[in-house]
Amino acid sequence: MILHRDDDPTKRPVLVESGDFHEVTQIISAPTETKFNLTWGILLLLSGSLLCLMLGLFGYLFWEGTGVWGVNVPVAWGWAIVNFVWWIGIGHAGTLISAILFLFRQRWRTAINRFSEAMTIFAVMCAGVFPAFHVGRVWVVYYIFPLPNQMSAWPNTRSPLFWDVFAVSTYFTVSVLFWYMGLIPDLATLRDRSVSKIRQMAYGIFALGWRGSARHWQNYERAYLILAAISTPLVLSVHSIVSFDFAVSKVPGWHTTIFPPYFVAGAVFSGFALVSTLLIIAREVFGLKQVVRLHHLDNMNKFMLLTGSLVGYAYAMELFIAWYSGSIYERFAFYHRALGDYWWAYASMVTCNVVIPQLFWFKKIRHSIPITFIITIFINIGMWFERFVIVITLHADFLPSSWGYYKPTWVDIWTYVGTFGLFGTFFLLFLKFLPQLAIAEVKGVMPEANPHHAHTAHH
Amino acid sequence: MVFPKWTNRVPAILVASLGVLACFVVFAFWYWGSPKHYVVGYQPVQPVAYSHKLHAGQLGLDCRYCHFNVERGRHAGVPPTDVCMNCHTLVKTSSPEIQKIREAHEQGVPIKWVRVHKLPDFAYFDHSAHVNKGVSCVVCHGRVDQMDEVRVVAPLSMGWCLECHRNPAPNIRDKKLITNLAWKPEGDPAELGKQFMDKYNVHPRTDCSTCHR
Repeated sequence: MILHRDDDPTKRPVLVESGDFHEVTQIISAPTETKFNLTWGILLLLSGSLLCLMLGLFGYLFWEGTGVWGVNVPVAWGWAIVNFVWWIGIGHAGTLISAILFLFRQRWRTAINRFSEAMTIFAVMCAGVFPAFHVGRVWVVYYIFPLPNQMSAWPNTRSPLFWDVFAVSTYFTVSVLFWYMGLIPDLATLRDRSVSKIRQMAYGIFALGWRGSARHWQNYERAYLILAAISTPLVLSVHSIVSFDFAVSKVPGWHTTIFPPYFVAGAVFSGFALVSTLLIIAREVFGLKQVVRLHHLDNMNKFMLLTGSLVGYAYAMELFIAWYSGSIYERFAFYHRALGDYWWAYASMVTCNVVIPQLFWFKKIRHSIPITFIITIFINIGMWFERFVIVITLHADFLPSSWGYYKPTWVDIWTYVGTFGLFGTFFLLFLKFLPQLAIAEVKGVMPEANPHHAHTAHH
Repeated sequence: MVFPKWTNRVPAILVASLGVLACFVVFAFWYWGSPKHYVVGYQPVQPVAYSHKLHAGQLGLDCRYCHFNVERGRHAGVPPTDVCMNCHTLVKTSSPEIQKIREAHEQGVPIKWVRVHKLPDFAYFDHSAHVNKGVSCVVCHGRVDQMDEVRVVAPLSMGWCLECHRNPAPNIRDKKLITNLAWKPEGDPAELGKQFMDKYNVHPRTDCSTCHR
């Protein structure tokens, strides 16, 4: 995206450390054009195995029934819903970066947007498999769509679970469109750089005949803006609706109005953490340090500090309101959440999400890549625990006689691990076969893109 | 040039053929996937060539002579061979079809009639509840008195059940006329039905647990 051409290049941080436009093209196209990268191969093998494990375990579940999971009354939601919310949350950074930061003209996003959009799509795929299998009879999962049928049965439009289906599928569709739209000029670049006929055809089909004419760019920029505008409300709506799955119910500890903003903040928090984790790995493995710079990681760390503090505020407010409400059930739910059977989960959540990210107040820590990497891992763990803590509220419901201690089975655990295989496989294929960064956009933020730049010879 | 010129037409052709394919898939489900297609018309061959047309139609036997449990239980009941032998000890004793029944009767084994109207196990249905509220046999089973071999005439789908449960009036009649399959109401059937709905206190329910217990 070439915007605000007239800002002074000397006053803004250098986003790309490179000699000229051609070098940027070279750096970003290189991973798709080199023969084989051993680290990549090993990682793909690992991810592929985990993916097969996941498929196998879903096959086992399909054959045996949902009894192979640890879910039962009173905790009927278990890990499946924890993992669903966690993965959906992961995706949010992608949409935030690609849509909201775009509309606010945050040009540093160009180094990370392609990456995080890809992450969004794959994370939503991982999220989607859990509720699909959690319905119990996955072969009739199409019942959730309002299809005319011989039973005259329609989905319950008053159920947030039904809203969720539409929220998530809209989100997925728009994310894919956005990602693909942005890819078109870069696919054309790869097509034009290709030497073999097969590569030319493969990239050529998906480049949709892009020639980079002024008219193409004009249409492209307009479409991009429209998609950004469509995606922006989705950043807020999707996780709000996911939070309704809980908040619309009558369960103490779930039935709270703070849930939508609290969930959205948490989603963006975890999303940024995972983008950071993956970006740190990828820039090491594929040598993208000139384009993905410390400045970008620093900005993301600031985002994590902000959203982490918001989440911390939400935890505090939940406890305060539980006490202030005077409702004994609400008080018990939170007292039990923090100090009851699952105190260890609550403690892990607070430590990982609230305490540890506060380290980002220090510039030294924000600028240390190993420490950033470790903290992002903690955040990912903490956000998983947050969802676990919320779902597990069910274990002590209205009837003390039916209270129970929920434990996952080995199938629960390995299915979750397996989704990393699904995510990893797609992500590694993306890293290898598509431009990891938006070539055309990155060029737009280079000092040379400015008409007043000294070295106009590069044009 | 990577692609030859004719490929410019590919997107248009693709969109058009996908449109046709989508229409076809919708049609396929709507037509062949409907119980109106795959349930209606089922007419299995029975082990004995018994004719409903002859017995219920021409001879005018009441349905309840054989399906005697229809007013008392969930199942209308398939008659034991004893019922057949009430008449067939004297009537048409030499017929080879009657021979089959006689043999079964003497050995004390039932005839293996093939079930024609099938409901899934998860759907609760009670004949007595319907018959005693003025729903005639003909509403669901059609003109059995005109069939040699019984054939399904209604889709027996959940939507079809609900249609009547939501608007039963046109299908309610005087209990005395329950087994009169040829009877047609004079005037508006819904008007007449309303009278009997009041009389028999008919309030069909449509919540899930009415049929899925």
